[in-house]
Amino acid sequence: MIDFVDLWVYLSGGPLLWLTATLVAYVIADWISLYFNRHPVANPVLISVVLVSSVLVATGTTFPTYFAGAQFVHFLLGPATVALAVPLARHLPEVKRALVPMLAALVAGSVAAIVSAVVIAQWLGLDRANVLALAPKSSTAPIAMGIAETIGADPALTAVLTIATGITGAIIVTPLMNALRLKNYAARGFAAGLAAHGIGTARAFQVNPLAGTFAGVALGLNGLLTAILVPLLLPWLLR
Amino acid sequence: MLSALAALLLCQLAGEAVVRALELPVPGPVVGMVILFALLAAKAPLPSMMQDTADGILRHLSLLFVPAGVGLVNNLDRLGADGLKLFLVVIASTVIALTVTALVFAGIARLMGDQHGERSGMSAPEKSA
Repeated sequence: MIDFVDLWVYLSGGPLLWLTATLVAYVIADWISLYFNRHPVANPVLISVVLVSSVLVATGTTFPTYFAGAQFVHFLLGPATVALAVPLARHLPEVKRALVPMLAALVAGSVAAIVSAVVIAQWLGLDRANVLALAPKSSTAPIAMGIAETIGADPALTAVLTIATGITGAIIVTPLMNALRLKNYAARGFAAGLAAHGIGTARAFQVNPLAGTFAGVALGLNGLLTAILVPLLLPWLLR
Repeated sequence: MLSALAALLLCQLAGEAVVRALELPVPGPVVGMVILFALLAAKAPLPSMMQDTADGILRHLSLLFVPAGVGLVNNLDRLGADGLKLFLVVIASTVIALTVTALVFAGIARLMGDQHGERSGMSAPEKSA
């Protein structure tokens, strides 16, 4: 008979177990999301994260052990970002036609994301370290962490706040846009990608391919603009 | 499929090289996206499965954020005593950023008389503001 303790010790040492767990959690989460007709609260990222984290806590598994397996999934974020060029090229006529509204929304949205984060954080009495870590939160995680280093914030804290922003944005974008009675899916997608980077983009692709395309464009452009704006705006905003 | 994946990785690799060489403030994959876009726009010969492979990866973009999300849960203690306030800022600022971006985009598109975004993305195409 198989000794389950031996089997566990063997499997938990390699990447197979946690790679499989990540995929299985996502398959379950995607099924739940579909079952609820892609309702924004049934966000597949959120559900998968809760499932995996519960298993990690229940089995006393550390994050580095988990990540040794999950890194293969994490790595695909790079090629996936490159792949955003394909829907962009496919929808190029729509994107070209929306160039002026897009660039205006880019500047307005990028400034709004940075200024609102810094001003509200100071208004709530958060200390300097937290205020700085919040400033780049709407840009994609690798850019946000780079900005954090430049402005003297803790990159790990910024990464946490950036992921939290992505999940928050992916959940609230649909009900918020419906409340605003906005039916322009290019605008909705662009907002999702600008405010909630990759996780918002994933949500946009779930809703509508055109929204996903504009989200991908916003993700790239806002990453760049946030890196330029945060160091410029901070001296004006910090009290 | 495999050659398409290789093409994606090659673009990413080229992107990383450009970022290092020019010391750009963006991640390599974003520049990789620009490179692939330029190739597609120039109608360069690319693997035939390029479209399907890219669509396949992007259809499950959510999956790729799971490890980072688990990292977030693992680092929740970093938020410290101010966790609730930080979370409030994240929610409020995200609502503001989403609202400003979408309203400026849709407002200017309407001012310019460009209904295209609305038409192509709307569930009921005949309705125009």
